[in-house]
Amino acid sequence: MNVIETAGLGKCYGKSWALRDCTLTVPEGSLAALVGPNGAGKSTLMNMAVGLTLPTAGTATVLGGQVIRSPAALNDIAFMAQDAPVYKSLSVADMLHLTRNLNRRFDADTARARLADLGIPLKKKTGKLSGGQQAQVALTVALARRPRLLILDEPLSALDPLARQDFLATVMTAMADDGVSVLLSSHALAELERVADYLVVLGGGELRLAGAVDDLLAEHRVLTGPAAGTDQFAAQLSAVQVKRAGAQAHLLVRDGGPGRTVPPGWESHPVGLEELVLAYLRPAGGGTPSATAAGSRTELTEVPR
Amino acid sequence: MTIDKQNSPIEFRLDPSSGVPTYLQLVQQVEHALRLGYLQPGDQLPKVRDVVAALTINPNTVLKAYKELETKGLAAGRPGQGTFVQATLSQVTLPELSGLRRSMLGWLSSAEEAGLDEDGIVALFTSVMREFFKSRGAAAGQSGDGETEGVA
Repeated sequence: MNVIETAGLGKCYGKSWALRDCTLTVPEGSLAALVGPNGAGKSTLMNMAVGLTLPTAGTATVLGGQVIRSPAALNDIAFMAQDAPVYKSLSVADMLHLTRNLNRRFDADTARARLADLGIPLKKKTGKLSGGQQAQVALTVALARRPRLLILDEPLSALDPLARQDFLATVMTAMADDGVSVLLSSHALAELERVADYLVVLGGGELRLAGAVDDLLAEHRVLTGPAAGTDQFAAQLSAVQVKRAGAQAHLLVRDGGPGRTVPPGWESHPVGLEELVLAYLRPAGGGTPSATAAGSRTELTEVPR
Repeated sequence: MTIDKQNSPIEFRLDPSSGVPTYLQLVQQVEHALRLGYLQPGDQLPKVRDVVAALTINPNTVLKAYKELETKGLAAGRPGQGTFVQATLSQVTLPELSGLRRSMLGWLSSAEEAGLDEDGIVALFTSVMREFFKSRGAAAGQSGDGETEGVA
């Protein structure tokens, strides 16, 4: 089952497209990392999946074909907007009381137990808590709704390293305990490497890359060799990214990965998640890569000379 | 941070700079523990939830590692209980291992006295080990093992 499925999804504000022609599936049971620079369309995609924004073009369904904004979809999705939204003048206990009454399903006991585990006092005003604690309160409220899909818009950006670790540990434990699927947008690429098993890369309002992290890492590799003759070679292999100095060149290619044979005079290295994401966002010298390798291959062979 | 006692004899750690995929690091650490006798058949591997909370990694990564260990026949899942060690990789017993370790320490100190530094010792050890297994491979090849490595 897919927790998110879109076809040709797009959102236009005035004359500019925040997201265009996005066709994507996110499988159940995974933590999907949504990455890309500011303005890439991450929040737009998330808001459309939740139903806060209506698409201009295309279609989207959630949780195995449920219509967005249908009662089933609203019940089973929890969304945490950017900057850990809590009512700052309310105490933690009042926050729980309020959200319990606003939701059809709310597991207040587990929420209280989780807050006690984290050492967050119920009497304190949420505005007086640290940033990390505010994020934990917002996450606790989101999880208390017992969602099947948890959507987190940049939950880590305002947190220090320790609070990030604690926040992600809570998310991971919820996955292990209840099988929650997670879509999480973030700039913290290094942290995502440990937690994400599915990757979605957006850039300039377009989908650049999507797939299971293990598969993507296995399909790509970096080839290092002499700069001379790199162009022809890069076109042949439909390189995602070409980095070239006077004598040496690095090509990031998607050709089946480290197991493939290495051309004479070249060295092959496996690629990391961070390197892969950056290559798709900044394809120096390689042109704009499309979401599929087949697409870019056609582009490269059909250019008239 | 409190360290509460879990029911597994081992605890995982991650080396982010190793370049080895996380699930494989877990598999290798279990194999390593089996070889050195830290883990015995019947021992429980750390619970998925505990590993996830301790290392902040995706539960699917832990499940993948445990599945790999099951495929290798080293561990087996018991529904509702966890994953348990089923086989052993250690070829010798713990006392034997510590005996071997002691004699190697003796050899190391004499190598150092002779003037070898760490790199020199590693180089010597590696070359002697290669020679040793090569000659053994050649002997095995003659007795019809099909190994051609020693012939060339």
